[in-house]
Amino acid sequence: MSEDLLEDLLAGDHRALARAITKIENRESGYRELVSALHQHTGSADVIGVTGSPGAGKSTLVDKLAAAYRERGLTVGIIAIDPASPFTGGAVLGDRIRMASNVGDMDVFVRSMSARGSLGGLSTATSDAVKALDAFGKDKIVIETVGAGQNEIDVVKAADTVAVLVPPGSGDDVQMLKAGILEIGDLFVVNKADLDGADRTVQQLREMLEYGRDAGPTPTGHHGAEALAGQADGAGTAEPDPDRWRPPIVETVATREEGLGALLDALADHQAYLDESSEREARERTRYAEEVRTLLREDLSELLEEEIERHGGLDRFVERIEARETDPYTVADELLEPLVDCVEHRRG
Amino acid sequence: MVAQQEGQTIRCLVAKVGLDGHDRGAHVIARAFRDAGFEVIYSGLHRAPEEVVQAAVQEDVDVVGISILSGAHDTLVPKIMDGLAEYGADEDTLVLVGGIIPDEDETELKELGVAEVFGPGASTEEMIEFVRSNVPER
Repeated sequence: MSEDLLEDLLAGDHRALARAITKIENRESGYRELVSALHQHTGSADVIGVTGSPGAGKSTLVDKLAAAYRERGLTVGIIAIDPASPFTGGAVLGDRIRMASNVGDMDVFVRSMSARGSLGGLSTATSDAVKALDAFGKDKIVIETVGAGQNEIDVVKAADTVAVLVPPGSGDDVQMLKAGILEIGDLFVVNKADLDGADRTVQQLREMLEYGRDAGPTPTGHHGAEALAGQADGAGTAEPDPDRWRPPIVETVATREEGLGALLDALADHQAYLDESSEREARERTRYAEEVRTLLREDLSELLEEEIERHGGLDRFVERIEARETDPYTVADELLEPLVDCVEHRRG
Repeated sequence: MVAQQEGQTIRCLVAKVGLDGHDRGAHVIARAFRDAGFEVIYSGLHRAPEEVVQAAVQEDVDVVGISILSGAHDTLVPKIMDGLAEYGADEDTLVLVGGIIPDEDETELKELGVAEVFGPGASTEEMIEFVRSNVPER
């Protein structure tokens, strides 16, 4: 069946694409072979990550973005990730509610995913689903996720370009720093720019980005005279690299499609920058290395789980640890020993 | 592949179609399904049959729950069933209808392939149980 699924997917069958993503999400048997086979068909899509706090307007913006790409004759795949309940595993995935601009157009393929594969598996499932969309032939792939926590940040790392949405009045500078979200943004979107406080948010964002960029206490703007004097002194090292990407800030009102053109331009600029610099290859290499590492971690821990089972489960060890007969490090060493032996034996 | 295997989650689309702004029921169902551990994709209000089909196919759901209180079920539901058939998704998707459906219409809907019709007073437990025991094997 897997063979047919791959063929149908490559032939442009939307249901086969949907099935393939289900298989990937559920890690059904044969999913590894499927994703392996998909890989050689990938590499032609632009992958855009969109992240930001709940209510920032991500889904609405992504919907309008998809419509704009469709107008240009491009096909779009969207993966919208919502949180799952840590208790029941259930989820209500509501991103489709805001995605009504592309009714009846199968060339905008929207897939909602819950963060249920929480054992580090979400980022793997996402990047595998991106591969399915890429191999299918989608020109633009958008990953949409709530920008809270390491898991989500890992997820958007699968993207070539990351857009961070910041709603107006989203707190003081400290809030932004805390989110750790400045570092991952290739561009920033202040959505709902018609609301009060939008200017202030743009201003704060600009200041934070300026600080971050020069990696030192050489603020521009506030202490204009000092900064100019500093540069006049010929502090060559402080000179910003002209080839370096400077994340732009775009103001939008997604519901009214205001600023959409500017956003499309900014995205295109970043894609061009990736191509002109060696950044695209560099990111790709980092990504693949990270993918392999993640897979190895998962596979290894699975192998270890089996080994623990073989020893009759962890409970027995835990009891001995509790009774102070042994300790966690010793148990880990004991369980790992056969693997270490095996590797050392192979090395010869 | 058995759908209720470990690691597999039942995916449901809860859809409101047509000119019908009453979504309290759909919200209650969405919540109950979520709490039962299902993944629920909620369509939002005023969806066209094509949108429901598009969502059902793309999301590869096991269950489509259509909530209609407008009385237009006899025109909207057949369109959805035809659309699903067009994508070969009619065979292995469990289609449920919730709302105020006269008995004679219920028979018709079931002939079209609707698995069950839930009227006022149906309990969420009953629906969850129905989904669990009738979710199609894939």
